[in-house]
Amino acid sequence: MMASSAPMPDHQLTTQDGVPLKTKLARAERMNKMKSLALVLPLALFLLLTFIVPIGSLLFRSVDNPEVVASLPHTIKAISSWDGKSLPPEPVYRAFAADLVKAHEDQTLGDLGKRLNMEVAGYRSLLGKTARALPFDPAPASYKDALVKLDERWGDPAYWQAIRRNSTNHTPFYLLAALDHRIDEVGEVAKATPDQAIYLDVFARTFWMSAIVTVICLLLAYPLAYLLANLPTRKSNLLMIMVLLPFWTSVLVRVAAWIVLLQSGGLINSALMALGITDHPLQLVFNRTGVYIAMVHILMPFMILPIYSVMKGISPTYLRAAVSLGSHPFGAFWKVYFPQTVAGVGAGGLLVFILSIGYYITPALLGSPNDQMVSYFVAFYTNTTINWGMATALGGLLLAATLVLYMVYSWLVGASRLRLG
Amino acid sequence: MQNPYMSPIEKAWFYLHRTLSGLTLLFLVLPVLVIIPLSFNESSFLVYPLTGFSMRWYHDFFTSAEWMRSLKNSLIVAPSATVLAMVFGTLAAVGLTRTEFRGKALLMSLLISPMVVPVVIVGVAGYLFFAPLGMDASYFTLILMHAALGVPFVVITVTATLQGFNHNLVRAAASLGASPLRSFFKVTLPLIAPGVISGALFAFGTSFDEVVVTIFIAGPEQATLPRAMFSGIRENLSPTIAAAATLLIAFSVVMLLTLEWLRGRGERLRTSPAKA
Repeated sequence: MMASSAPMPDHQLTTQDGVPLKTKLARAERMNKMKSLALVLPLALFLLLTFIVPIGSLLFRSVDNPEVVASLPHTIKAISSWDGKSLPPEPVYRAFAADLVKAHEDQTLGDLGKRLNMEVAGYRSLLGKTARALPFDPAPASYKDALVKLDERWGDPAYWQAIRRNSTNHTPFYLLAALDHRIDEVGEVAKATPDQAIYLDVFARTFWMSAIVTVICLLLAYPLAYLLANLPTRKSNLLMIMVLLPFWTSVLVRVAAWIVLLQSGGLINSALMALGITDHPLQLVFNRTGVYIAMVHILMPFMILPIYSVMKGISPTYLRAAVSLGSHPFGAFWKVYFPQTVAGVGAGGLLVFILSIGYYITPALLGSPNDQMVSYFVAFYTNTTINWGMATALGGLLLAATLVLYMVYSWLVGASRLRLG
Repeated sequence: MQNPYMSPIEKAWFYLHRTLSGLTLLFLVLPVLVIIPLSFNESSFLVYPLTGFSMRWYHDFFTSAEWMRSLKNSLIVAPSATVLAMVFGTLAAVGLTRTEFRGKALLMSLLISPMVVPVVIVGVAGYLFFAPLGMDASYFTLILMHAALGVPFVVITVTATLQGFNHNLVRAAASLGASPLRSFFKVTLPLIAPGVISGALFAFGTSFDEVVVTIFIAGPEQATLPRAMFSGIRENLSPTIAAAATLLIAFSVVMLLTLEWLRGRGERLRTSPAKA
C-alpha cells in the first residue's frame, strides 16, 4: 500500500554518472545554442565594426555641437547667469574678448564662425572683424562699451542669445533644421523662415517619387509575373533571363544606356519624330521623366521576383473551379486569384519603396536639381559644404524612415525571405 | 493558356496581356543591349545610326592608365570583399539554421540590414568613422565596407540552401567519429556549395557595381571601375564608356549564366532525393 502517496526517492531518469537526464539534456541544449551563437558571432562583430558603430556615430554627430563649447569656455560660464533679455553684463563681454583672442591663436575661429553663422547670418564676418581688433590695447575700462563701439551688433541681444543657445555639447539644431524648424530667440521651437524651410519638401518629394516608382513597377511587373508563372518552364526560364540580365547589369551601365536612349538625338526621340508623334525632340532626360524611367527599370526585378514566386505556388485549379461554378473570368481573377498574390505584391512593393527612398546615383546622374532626393542632400552636405550636422541629421531621419519600413517588412514578410534572382 | 472556348473579349485580353508583357520585357532588355553596338561605332558621338565599325574605343579603354587602374582596383577589391563576405556569411548562416533560439528573427534582420540601409548613409557613416582613424582612402577599409554590403546576400542564399539540408547527416558524421570541422568540410559544405557560390556571386556583383560607398571612402588611388564610370558619365559620356559598359555587360552575362546553371543543379539535387 505504498503506491502513490509514498514519496518516490529519486525516481527521475539519470545518466550513467548520476546526473538527472533532464539537467543533462538542458545542458546539451544550451551548449548547442552557444555553439550556434559562436558561429554567428564573427559576422556580428564584423558588422558591428564596419556598419553599426559607424552608423551609430553618424547618429551621434547629428546632435553634436562642439564648436561654441570648445572655443568660448569662459563666455558660456559667464553667460549662464544672464537673463537673456537685456544686454549681457560686463563679465560676459570681458570673458568673450579673452576667449576670442585664444580662439584666434588656436585657429578655431573658422569652425566657430561657421557654426554661429548658421544661427545668425553675418556672424562669421562679425567674429573675424572683432578678432582682428583684439586684444584691446590698453585694456578698456568697459569691454562692453569697447565692443559695442567696435561693432554695434554687439549691442544686439540676438548675437548673445545665439551663443547662449549653444552653450551645451548637444543641440537639436540640425534635426530641427532638417524638419524645417528652429529654436527661436526665446528658446521655443518655431517654424523655420521660408528661405530655410526646404527639407520637408525634399522629404515629401522623396516619398512621392518613390511611391510613383513603386506603383509603375507594380503595374508593369504584375502582368509580366503572371505570364512568367503560367508559361511552361522552358519558355518561362528563357524569359526570366530577360528579367535577370538587366538585374545583373551594373547600375551605371543602365544609367549610361538611358542617357543614350533618351537624349534629344537619341533613339526614343528619333522614333517619336519618325512616327510623327512629335515634331521636335522631347526633353526626356535630366528631368523627372528620366529619373522615373531609369528607376523603374532598375527596381522592377525587385518587384517581379517576389510576385513571381508567390504566383508560382498558386494552383490554377482554384481559378478553374471558380469559372466552372459560374464566375465571370474577370470576377474569378479578382476575387480568387488576386487575393492569393497580395503577399507577393506587399513584399515587392515594400522592398521597391524602401530601396527607392535611398536612391542617389540615378537622380544625381539623370535628374535636374529639382529631382534630387534626400540622399543627394546628405552627400551634398558631406562633400560640398562639409556641414556634418546637416548631413548627419538628414541621414539620420532618412535612416529612421528606412528602418521603420524595414521593420514592417520583416514583420510582414520575414527578413530572411527577401527573394533574390 | 489559350483555349478554343474563349469569348472575343477574353481573346482580346489574352493578346493585350501578351503584348503588354512583351513590351515590359523589351523595356527591361533593350536599354542594356542598345549600348553595345555604339561601342563598336567609329563615331565619337553616342548616337544611331552607326557609321562604321571600329575597335578604337576598346583600344582607348585598354590603353588608358586611368581605366586600367580602376579595373585593377575593382579586381583587387571585389574578390577580397567576396571572400570575407563568404566566410562570415556562411558561418553565420550555419549558426542560424542549426538551432532555434530567442531573438533569432531580430538577429537575422540585423545581419541583413546592410542591404536596405541607404548606401549614402553607409558611405557617410564609414567616412565619419574611419577618416579620423586615418583609415579612409585605403584598400583595407574599402574592402571591409564592400564585404559588409555583400554579407546579406550570402546569409540569405546559404540560409535558403540549408533549409533543405538534412542535419542528421552531420549527426551521422559525428557518430562515425568525424570532428565538427571535418564534417563541415566533408559533408555540409559540398551539399550547400551551390548556395555558398551563388551568395558569393551576389556579393561579388555588389562590390563590382558599388559606387556610392566608394565615392566617400576611397581616394583617387582606390577608384574602382564603377567610380571611374560615374565621373565619366558626369563629365562627358564618351564611347569609351560604352566600351567599358559592354565589357561589364559581357561580365554580367557570365555571372548570370553561372548562377542559372547553379540553380538548375541545385533543383536537380533537391528533386531527386533518392540519389542525393
